[in-house]
Amino acid sequence: MDRHRSLAFHGGALALLFLLQFVLPPYHHTNFTSIMVLATYGIGYNILIGYTGLLSLGHAMFFAAGLYAAGLTVHYFNIDPISAFILGAAAALAFATAVGLVALRTTGVSFMIVTMMFAQACFLLILYFNQVTRGDEGLVLSGAARQIGGLSLTNPTFRYNLALALFTGALVLCYILIRSRVGRVLVAIRENEERVKMLGYHTFRYKLLALALSGLLSGAAGASYALMFGYVGATFASIEYSIFALLWVLLGGAGTVLGPIIGALLMFYLVEWTSEVTQSYRIVVGAALVLLTLFFPKGILGTLREKRLRWLP
Amino acid sequence: MTRSKTPKSNNQKSLISRRAALKGLGAVAGGSAALGLAPGFVRYIQVSAAEPLKIGFQAHRTGIGAAYGRWYERTTNAAVKLINDAGGIAGRPIQLITEDDGTDPKRGSEVVEKFASQHKVDITFGTLFSHVVMGSAPRAGELKMPYYVVSEGHHVASGALNRYTFQPGITDVKAQVSSMAPWIAGNLGKKITMIFPDYAFGYDHRDYFSAAIEKQGGQVLKLLPIPATETSYTKYFPQIPSDTEVLYHVMVGPGVLTFVKEMGEFYGSNRPQIFGFIDSLEAVDIASPGLEFLDGTYFWEAYPRYAQANQSEADKFYRAAVGVDNNGASLEDSKDVATYSHMFGCWETLYIIKEAVEASGYQSATAADKKKLVEATEAMKGWKEGNEHPQGDKTFVGQIHQCFGHQFISKVAGGKLEVVHKTEIADGTYEPETDYTKMAL
Repeated sequence: MDRHRSLAFHGGALALLFLLQFVLPPYHHTNFTSIMVLATYGIGYNILIGYTGLLSLGHAMFFAAGLYAAGLTVHYFNIDPISAFILGAAAALAFATAVGLVALRTTGVSFMIVTMMFAQACFLLILYFNQVTRGDEGLVLSGAARQIGGLSLTNPTFRYNLALALFTGALVLCYILIRSRVGRVLVAIRENEERVKMLGYHTFRYKLLALALSGLLSGAAGASYALMFGYVGATFASIEYSIFALLWVLLGGAGTVLGPIIGALLMFYLVEWTSEVTQSYRIVVGAALVLLTLFFPKGILGTLREKRLRWLP
Repeated sequence: MTRSKTPKSNNQKSLISRRAALKGLGAVAGGSAALGLAPGFVRYIQVSAAEPLKIGFQAHRTGIGAAYGRWYERTTNAAVKLINDAGGIAGRPIQLITEDDGTDPKRGSEVVEKFASQHKVDITFGTLFSHVVMGSAPRAGELKMPYYVVSEGHHVASGALNRYTFQPGITDVKAQVSSMAPWIAGNLGKKITMIFPDYAFGYDHRDYFSAAIEKQGGQVLKLLPIPATETSYTKYFPQIPSDTEVLYHVMVGPGVLTFVKEMGEFYGSNRPQIFGFIDSLEAVDIASPGLEFLDGTYFWEAYPRYAQANQSEADKFYRAAVGVDNNGASLEDSKDVATYSHMFGCWETLYIIKEAVEASGYQSATAADKKKLVEATEAMKGWKEGNEHPQGDKTFVGQIHQCFGHQFISKVAGGKLEVVHKTEIADGTYEPETDYTKMAL
């Protein structure tokens, strides 16, 4: 019964996102496209922090790995967007695995610091190799290079549905993962790693798998962002973009499948609406975040799950 | 009420018809607008009957560009008021719609989208920081939105952007630094060490000044890029070769005062010639404590901050309209120093937009009218110094969507900047690197 409820809830959310494209005004149509891509990044981050209990402060490096791998190959080698997307996701997967082999030797605060330092090193590398990356200014990908089967990635409808497909893929992957045996081990690691070790599990391998999957989804989101919006810049590798992912997940509800998109939506429209009212909107957004944290300490979906929707994954 | 009921019914049913969903979502959107949850929509509905020419102003109100953004906004508001008082553009008043981009490329792109899709502006203008221009311009091109930037980056002229993006109101960095090289080589020295920020703005200086000084028989002895995260500069000064004749610096951001202070402590009274770009000290009072070391050094200025003995009538007019005193500070607060070498670009760009709209016969935000506006802008050749172009004469190269103007070299004396040299426009011009006019509209 719970499983059916859960499937209906998540399926309903995806159906709602599909239907929204028919009624959203153009501005919000594009915003939702961007939010779905960024929420994919959030889902990747959530696998690590929400289900495995590993707090990374450098996840922007994986988003940027996908962004740059896809963007640079399109810009310099004119490869097609599908190959660029696969390359971007693969690069992020390989990079996350490599980082994991080192960073996962630490835990807790040390893991946070190591991931942050890796991310900062990546950010500075992008600036250092500015002859190729154009540093903070970044690169623009031409519209002509962003075509799939004669359809342009600048076409709003095509782009929206591609973003929805990406988000759906990430959501399904996350859903299957957390309902699988592996997912249950990850949650067990989050709750008590020592006990999981005592039960005979090689927790390092599971954590590495979680980080690799997390990096894969983050990189897929980065590659999609570059290809859909035609811009690649160092800002996306900055600490701010690692913090954004953390905020989206915590706001929406860490350890909930739909939490990242709710957090990303909320953050976007908090900025959007408050900036309409006041120039000091960042203070208002900050205050709103404090209030949300006070009244929804486990995030919106996390609190709902605790109080009512016990079946929510 | 409708708004709260709809999601509940969606959750209760496992299957919903598309018609029912559309009705429900429409009701949600309508309810939200009615409740004032979508002020952007409401604002658009309120203004649509007035038929003004809508200009979207992409402002850096927050983020790293806020100091520049504040003055860009003041200058823009002053120019809009003057234009409107004089009858507007083609008889239509300008309605300026300002949105903060947070000096962030992603938000910049969203702001361009918002201008086009929600506010339905005719034109977007005003972006300064180059990464925001790079992040926003692709969307402006996709939306076929005429996009006039005031950035000074070389990105427009380099061909990296698109047919709809222009920079007609401010000379780009490549031209600025190229026009400095002959005077530096002839008056200060030919052995140069460059200190510059380790990001795009600095790279333009590194690449184009190095090439320009070599043309003058000079040589860059050492390049010292400073990471954006740096807060102390003492470790860099010992790396400056001892036979350096000219120290060329261009620093931006909150570390500038520390940089100058530490440079003064390192050199004392025995220093090489020092030449800087005023970007280091835009919005900063030259007479600030700790900047005494700059006395006797030289700066590039696009537009002299301090009113000179030979001040033009146009400069007097411009200062009064924007509210800037003869020291380049706000008339209301002498400590609020202007970004004088950049903000004139907003003023001049608005007058260029006026000229282009009137020349093209632009009527409304249709693809055909926007095409005419782009072509009219590309057809322009330049402008004469006057109240509409107080910084000076300019030439405009339609192929590369970029203007070229005079530049100034000023010497710090007694806490002020005195102009010692004014370049010719030809000193900075270069062969076009692209031809936007061949791109499809």
